[in-house]
Amino acid sequence: MPKLKSALIILLVISLSGIAVFAVEQKMMSIQVKKGAVRSSPSFLGKVVAQLKYGDRVAVQDVKGSWYFLDRPKGKTNGWMHSSALSMKKIVLNPGSSDVEQAASSDEITLAGKGFNKQVENDFKSKNPQVDFKWINRMEKMTVSQNQIQVFIKKGQLSPKGGE
Amino acid sequence: MDRSSRRNFLSLACKWGFYSIGVAPVLSAFFAGCKTLDTLAKSGPSFQIGDVFVDTKAIAKETQVVTNSFEDFTPEQEYYIGRTVGAMILQKYRPYNNPKANQYINVMGKMLAQASDRPETYGGYHFLIQDSDEINAFAAPGGFIFLTRGMLKCCPHEDAVAAVLAHEIGHVQYKHGLRAIKQSRVTSALTSLAIKGAKKYGDEDLEKLTETFEGSVSDITKTLIVNGYSRSFEKQADLAAINILQRTGYNPNGLVTMLNQMKTQLKPERRDFAKTHPSPDSRLAVIKKYLGNYSTVKSPQTRQARFKAALGKI
Repeated sequence: MPKLKSALIILLVISLSGIAVFAVEQKMMSIQVKKGAVRSSPSFLGKVVAQLKYGDRVAVQDVKGSWYFLDRPKGKTNGWMHSSALSMKKIVLNPGSSDVEQAASSDEITLAGKGFNKQVENDFKSKNPQVDFKWINRMEKMTVSQNQIQVFIKKGQLSPKGGE
Repeated sequence: MDRSSRRNFLSLACKWGFYSIGVAPVLSAFFAGCKTLDTLAKSGPSFQIGDVFVDTKAIAKETQVVTNSFEDFTPEQEYYIGRTVGAMILQKYRPYNNPKANQYINVMGKMLAQASDRPETYGGYHFLIQDSDEINAFAAPGGFIFLTRGMLKCCPHEDAVAAVLAHEIGHVQYKHGLRAIKQSRVTSALTSLAIKGAKKYGDEDLEKLTETFEGSVSDITKTLIVNGYSRSFEKQADLAAINILQRTGYNPNGLVTMLNQMKTQLKPERRDFAKTHPSPDSRLAVIKKYLGNYSTVKSPQTRQARFKAALGKI
């Protein structure tokens, strides 16, 4: 009997330390797109319950296929985000010299606005004035709401099966 | 999330599992996800043996043989490449200024993109019809997608249009555009990230970076308009399309209808789809292996009515 008791205590200690390590090591990730959708379920059919913006840090609690469950991201509703919107790296939005130095020696940091960026696009435009970006800008302004998509699915009598 | 990030996450995720032995019932759902990702990790250059994660990329770095890959471009950089590639494509094929038709294509396209394996890109997916009778469609990196009036004329119903859009989304999903950039430019662009200093690039650095940017855009544009992708990339995009069509409830035979229609309309002497894509017959042969026998696409009346209203007079 004492043996069973000590075995139970050991098991309990292991369990608690497991919980503690899990809590400490809860993985942080970053939003790597301008606007990332948080959905109520791990599917494109899930309702969008929140939007997160580029560089936001979030705690990942669970994984299901390509969908990650986020714990109250930025004080917003819990929900699922597709892996394509997330990066393991910390994204530095306005990098200074020290960030550049750090990023050069680390795989854990990404610098926003470095490399091919707005400044390079503007330089390209000044050298190639014949290339017109008017319609590219117009394309980006053609927005579609989730509600419009829902109506489109319904009126078209589509029966989506969901997906990863 | 890029491949290396995903692998790192996996490594950590599996470690969580290890640490959490005592709370298995609570985390059973978590383990299920871990297992799925483990399979993916093995498909990359790094692998896992039990709880030991072997990161070959890190090893390569240590031995100084690391090669920058197109996958190291951030979604933000991909977006800027895509904007300019899109602007270049619009030099050759002008936009079709029909708000109703373009809105219809955008609602459908965004719905399809959300069901793809890559629903999120930096700036999102955007679609535009081009005012040309040539049969063509293009996907610029990051989700700028174009299709000509000529291509839409190969589509007798919405399911066929959905197939064209889903195929182009497939190219974005697999980053086929970025893969067309010459390796020397990828290396040059990515090493530029280590340029220190102020928030903006100085003249000399900017000059060099813009030159690399122009070259990269040109590599992609030339592939899209002149050379075309390899057969294997086209197959990947077709299979992605079938997947997306099935997930969203369209009849994937819409792709077969469109290719059959295209066969009757393609003019080999013209510089359009025939120049940059495998023949419809060879694509059909591959697709049929996955779809089985062709079944006629029957669009419900309301779906056909809105298709006619949006694109009937194009």
